[in-house]
Amino acid sequence: MKNPLIGSAPSRRSVLMGMSAGAGALAFPGFIQAQSSAPVKLGFQLHRTGIGAAYGRWYERTTQAALKVLNEAGGINGRPVEIVFEDDGTDPRRGSEVVEKLASQHGCDAIFGPLFSHVVIGSAPRAGELKVPYLVCSEGFHVASGLNRWTLQPGITDVKAQVRAMAPWVAANLGKKVTMVFPDYAFGYDHRDAFSEAIKEQGGEVVAMIAIPPTETSFTRYLPQIPADTEVLYHVMVGPAVLTFVKELGEFYGTGARPQIFGFIDSLEAVDLASPGLEFLEGSHFWEGHCRVKQADATEHETFYRAAVGVDDNGASVSDKRDVSTYAHMFSTWETLFVLKAGMEAAGYQGVADRQKLVEAIEAMTTMPLSREHPQGDKVFNGKTHQVFGHQFISKVEGGKLMRVHIAAIEDGMYPDAVDYSTMSF
Amino acid sequence: MDFGPFLLLALMEGLVAAAVLALTAVGLSLVFGVMRVVNVAHGEFFMLGAVAAWFVTQWVPGPPWVAFAVALILCPLLVGAVAALADVLVLKRLNYDPEATIVATIGLLYILQQAALTFYGPDARPVEAPFIWRIQFPWFGYSGYKLAVVAAAAVILAGVWLFMTRSRTGLVMRATQLDRDTARAFGINVDRVYAGTFALGAGLAAVAAVLIVPISQAHYLMGHDPLLLSFIVVIIGGLGSLRGTLVAALVIGLSDGVISMFFSPTLAKILATLFVALVLVFRPQGLFGKRLA
Repeated sequence: MKNPLIGSAPSRRSVLMGMSAGAGALAFPGFIQAQSSAPVKLGFQLHRTGIGAAYGRWYERTTQAALKVLNEAGGINGRPVEIVFEDDGTDPRRGSEVVEKLASQHGCDAIFGPLFSHVVIGSAPRAGELKVPYLVCSEGFHVASGLNRWTLQPGITDVKAQVRAMAPWVAANLGKKVTMVFPDYAFGYDHRDAFSEAIKEQGGEVVAMIAIPPTETSFTRYLPQIPADTEVLYHVMVGPAVLTFVKELGEFYGTGARPQIFGFIDSLEAVDLASPGLEFLEGSHFWEGHCRVKQADATEHETFYRAAVGVDDNGASVSDKRDVSTYAHMFSTWETLFVLKAGMEAAGYQGVADRQKLVEAIEAMTTMPLSREHPQGDKVFNGKTHQVFGHQFISKVEGGKLMRVHIAAIEDGMYPDAVDYSTMSF
Repeated sequence: MDFGPFLLLALMEGLVAAAVLALTAVGLSLVFGVMRVVNVAHGEFFMLGAVAAWFVTQWVPGPPWVAFAVALILCPLLVGAVAALADVLVLKRLNYDPEATIVATIGLLYILQQAALTFYGPDARPVEAPFIWRIQFPWFGYSGYKLAVVAAAAVILAGVWLFMTRSRTGLVMRATQLDRDTARAFGINVDRVYAGTFALGAGLAAVAAVLIVPISQAHYLMGHDPLLLSFIVVIIGGLGSLRGTLVAALVIGLSDGVISMFFSPTLAKILATLFVALVLVFRPQGLFGKRLA
C-alpha cells in the first residue's frame, strides 16, 4: 500500500482554508448572527433643537413608547429593534448630514421621523443618493408631488389632502370669502396653493394671502392686511412664536367685529388652550389630525396609545399638566414605526441589502385598518405617490376644550396622482 | 382698514420696537463707549434676561404682577453678574484688545446659547404679563401692556441718562472713557469700572428682554435680532453716544413699524441696513458720534 491515506486525507490547502474561515468566524461573532437575531437598527431624524423643538420632544417620546410596544411584542421578524436618535436642529443642511450619519456611520436599515418640510426637502436627496428608505412624518405635498423613490410618507396625510377635506365644511359652515395667514416657506405654500384651489371648487374665494416668515416673532403689523370683508380667517403658523401669533390676533380683534376663525392646530400645537390671552378663541374652529382632547367615543386603540405615550385626557403630559403635546401630529411617528415593521416582515427583510425590497413592500400596501398600530384611524396608502390618506377632524373650542364637530372621510381628501414612483428607478 | 387707523397701529408698533431697541442698544453703546469692546454676545445677554425671567416667574408664587416685578429686578442683576464675571475672566485677560475681544465675545455668544439650551431647553415659553388690559379702538384692539413697555423704557432710559451725567459713578465712567491711563493715574480703579460697565450694558439688555417676554416668549435663539438691530442703531447713532443711540433707535423702530406694516418687514430690514451703509460711507462716526482723534 502506497500512501493510502493521501487521497482521502484533507489537503493542506483545504485545511488552511477551513482554519482561516473558522478564525474569521471567531473574530466576527456578530457577523454570523446578523442574519438571525441581531437588532434591526432604525435611524430617527429628530428636531430636538431649533424651531421644531416642541414637535421633536413629543416625536421622540411617542417613538420611544411605540418602540417599547413593538419590542415587547417580539420586535420585527423576531429581532429586537433599536432606534438611533439624531438631532438635525430643524435645519435642512444638518438634516442631510444626519441622514448621512444615520445611514453610513450607524448603518441604519431605514430612517424616519422628520417633520418640517424644508428639512425634508433638504434631506431627501441625500437619502436617495445613499439608497436608504426615508420615511417622513411631515405634511408637505412634496412627497406626493415627487422627491425620489426612497422617500415615503405612510404615517400622516399631507396638507393637500387635509385642506381638500376641510374646504367643503368651511365653505358650508363658516363662509366663502377667506383670508389666509400662513408661514412663508414650502409648508405654507402647500396650504396656500391647495386651499385656494379647494375653496374655489366650493364656490368660495381667497380674498387675501398673508405670508409670514417662519422666524418672525411679532405679528400685529401683518394683521391690518386682513380685508374688512373677510368672512373666514384661515390661519396656520408654526415655530416657537405660535402662541404670540394667536395672542396678538386676539388683541387685534378685541371685542370688535371679527370674521369666523378657522385655524390649523399647528398654530397651537404644544400650547395650552387655557393660556392667558387665548380666551377669544372660544367658539372658533381648528383642524386636528388627531383630537388632542379625548373624545367621548374614543376607541380602545386610542386609549391604549394615549396611555402608552403618557398623555392625559386633555392632551398634556401625565407628569406635567403644562407640558402640552403635539397630539395632532405625533401619532405619525408611532404609525410609521409599525409600517416599517409590517414592511420589513412582508419583505422578509434581513439586512441593508434588502432596503429596496422594503420600499417595494411598503409600496404594495393599500389599506391600514384602525388598530393598535394605527390608533389615529384607518388609512389608505397609495403606493404610486408614496402618500397615505386618512380621516381629518374639525374641532370647536368649547369651554376652553377642543371638541370634535366633524369627521372628514378618507375620500374627502383624495386627489388625482401627481407622480408615479413605482415606475421610477431606484 | 383706513389709512388713519393703519398709521396709528404702525406708529404704536414702531414705538414699542423703538423702546425695546433703545434699551438694548444703549447697553451696547455704553460698553463700546467706555471700554472700546464690540460686544457680539450682547444679544445673548438679552436672551439670558428673557430666559431668567421665565425661571423667576415660575419660582415666585402669587399673582403675575408680583412675579414679574421680582423678575424685572432680579434678572438684570443676574445677567449683570454673569457679564461682570465674563469681563474679569475673559476680557480683562485679553487686555481689551479690540480684535481679541470680538473673537472672545463670539465665543461667549455660543457658550451662553448652548448653556441656555442645556438648562432651559429648546422650547419657547411664555411669561404671563403683569396685567391684562386691552385698549379697544374703534378699528382694532391693542395691548395696554405694550404701551406700558414704552413708558417703562422711557423711565429707565431717563434714569441711565441721569446716572451717566449726574452721579459720581457716571463721572468716573466718563473719565475712564476719555482716557483710561489718566483716570488710572488719578486713582480710579479702571478694572472695577470696566466690570461695572460691562455688567450695566448686559443688565440693560436684560431689562429690555424681561419687558418683552410677556409679548414674545423666551427662546434660546432669540438673541439674534436684537443684536443685529442694536448694531444698526449704534452705528447710525454714533458709537458711544447715548443721545445718538436714542434718536437712532426711534428712527429705526418707527420706520420698522411703518415700513413693515405698509410694505414688508423684510424691506424694513433692507432699508435699515442700507441706511447703515450710507452712514458708514458719508459719516463714519455716526450721526451724533465724535470723530476719533
